[in-house]
Amino acid sequence: MIDPNRQGEVWVFAEQEDGSLHDVVLELCGKARELADTLGVKAAAVLPGNQVRPLAKRLIAQGVDNVYLVDNPKLSHFQTLPYARVMTTLIQRHKPQIVLYGATAMGRDLAPRVASEMRAGMTADCTDLEISDVTDPKTKTLHKNLLLQIRPAFGGNIIATIVNYDWWPQMATVREGVMPLKPADESRRGNVVEEKVELDETLLALKLIQRHIEPRKVNLKGARVIVAGGGGVGSKDNFRLIYDLAAAIGGAVGASRAAVDGGYIGKEHQIGQTGTTVRPALYIAAGISGAVQHRAGMEESAKIIAINTDRDAPIFSVAHYGIVGDLKKVIPMMIKAVKERR
Amino acid sequence: MPYDSIVLVKQVPDTANITAEAMKEDGTVNRAALPTIFNPEDLNALETALEVRDAYGGTVTAVTMGPPKAADVLRACLFRGADRGILLTDRRAAASDTLATSYILSQAVKTVGRFDIVFCGRQAIDGDTAQVGPQCAEKLGIPQITYLEQLVSLDGPMVRIRRNIGHGWEVVEGRLPVLVTVIGSANKPRPPAARRVMRFKRAKVMAELAAEAKADKPGAPDDEVQAEAQRRAAAVKEKGLLIEQWNLDDIGADLERCGLAGSPTKVFRVQSIVLTKEGYTEVVATEDGVRQMIHELVIDRTLG
Repeated sequence: MIDPNRQGEVWVFAEQEDGSLHDVVLELCGKARELADTLGVKAAAVLPGNQVRPLAKRLIAQGVDNVYLVDNPKLSHFQTLPYARVMTTLIQRHKPQIVLYGATAMGRDLAPRVASEMRAGMTADCTDLEISDVTDPKTKTLHKNLLLQIRPAFGGNIIATIVNYDWWPQMATVREGVMPLKPADESRRGNVVEEKVELDETLLALKLIQRHIEPRKVNLKGARVIVAGGGGVGSKDNFRLIYDLAAAIGGAVGASRAAVDGGYIGKEHQIGQTGTTVRPALYIAAGISGAVQHRAGMEESAKIIAINTDRDAPIFSVAHYGIVGDLKKVIPMMIKAVKERR
Repeated sequence: MPYDSIVLVKQVPDTANITAEAMKEDGTVNRAALPTIFNPEDLNALETALEVRDAYGGTVTAVTMGPPKAADVLRACLFRGADRGILLTDRRAAASDTLATSYILSQAVKTVGRFDIVFCGRQAIDGDTAQVGPQCAEKLGIPQITYLEQLVSLDGPMVRIRRNIGHGWEVVEGRLPVLVTVIGSANKPRPPAARRVMRFKRAKVMAELAAEAKADKPGAPDDEVQAEAQRRAAAVKEKGLLIEQWNLDDIGADLERCGLAGSPTKVFRVQSIVLTKEGYTEVVATEDGVRQMIHELVIDRTLG
């Protein structure tokens, strides 16, 4: 643990693989920028890897001021111990107040190890992060500018707000797609700081024997928001609207069987009994009548919005919000409302 | 060569089947009203450990931390073939976050002593954090291998494991001892064995025997109840059915690192999500109608 350092930076662990940054890192850089501005401090990224210097520019364009580069052949493939050593060494050296990690396979392996070694807190899978003054209900002490770590718990049945009072750094993981991706600003300037971290051979405890990376597939299971289109979308061209809404909201694209059979979209997007079963925080069904086979694959979603011209469509029976109307008119309205939110 | 495994298991509320009755008026979850189950991925961890023992010999010890009722999951382990179960129960461990929990569990593992592999489920369904495994590994000072989907080989002190990394997999090799977290697709956990159920269904921890003695002697003085509990424990032990029960002193835990005192993260606020669904809100297909709906979704944190 480190003592609270009010001047400490807001950090992002810059996860990369084979020289390309994970999308969640780019999203987190934007969030780190926002948090840092609220706190009046700098945002920074920690970039461990082998020959990864070219990635620093992108991190700066996404919003950080400093990039701590740890370039070492021993870091060419991710493994827990050397990466954890990089993080703990730099955290002790620079005393950031907040450290964010993507809730990826790598982030969820690394972050708790770092937290344990630092004897610090760690909140997994935050869906929102805010800065706020908090009064400890036990001691009545006011703590200024704490990180509120907001996450669902109990299988998504409750939302908990977690804080670390005087026990820093404040660390959290965030899933991909939860924070909006801010546009890159290539004109931003920042510093690349080369950091030396001692990595002895004992840290290389694991040997990579074989590796198989699949081309990135549609990640419906992990999506927090899914926008799905059905036969009512009408054409492949119209399906663009579904993609546009998904992009605006930061969600994945799904489809009913009718849309897949109609050739509007590939089968890998199909949701339902014969496709993928999903339970996102928000499911938007546009032009989907809601046959029982489809409902079986999505009715567990926490919130469902149904858009359909037919008032009697069965999809409304599982919906929380129902919009009777033409999706070609409603979706552009939704995109506009989403962009204007806050 | 034989391998000794320790499996960390947890009893969890069945979060997939939470009903409105399980919510208290203040919006928090009434844990007592929830049915409890064996955390699903911990069953996969147990299965992996049992497969190792079946193939190479050795032992499987199940360890859990929780209230006396958590002995249920230890019995479930015994039914499936575990050699030994240990319940870590102590009021002073209540309100532990993942850091404190992993400290306590790692102390318990150290107290068990010899082991080659510690297995745990990737994550528990009540918190879904996936943190306790890696944090235990750190406290034990051993490497962690997360997301096991296949144990490829064990050869002397070397283990090869295929890890699922989401967008693919990798096979890594490490030297024992290691801590391994197991995912749900790794295997199909075996059902309880009928003969073992017959044998171990009466296996109990001391706290359960004490509660039973108390219930059977209403109004009796404490020392009398105590003596009765001890008598019952001796009888159960005689049959080899006394499940070990440890407290924080038994594992030499530093109390500053346990419970609330040892937990850096504090729950500041809890809001419940409305679970009952009675019809739907009709949104008028106008800009104002849609904007109002999006606003509500931002307020209830469905949208960030």
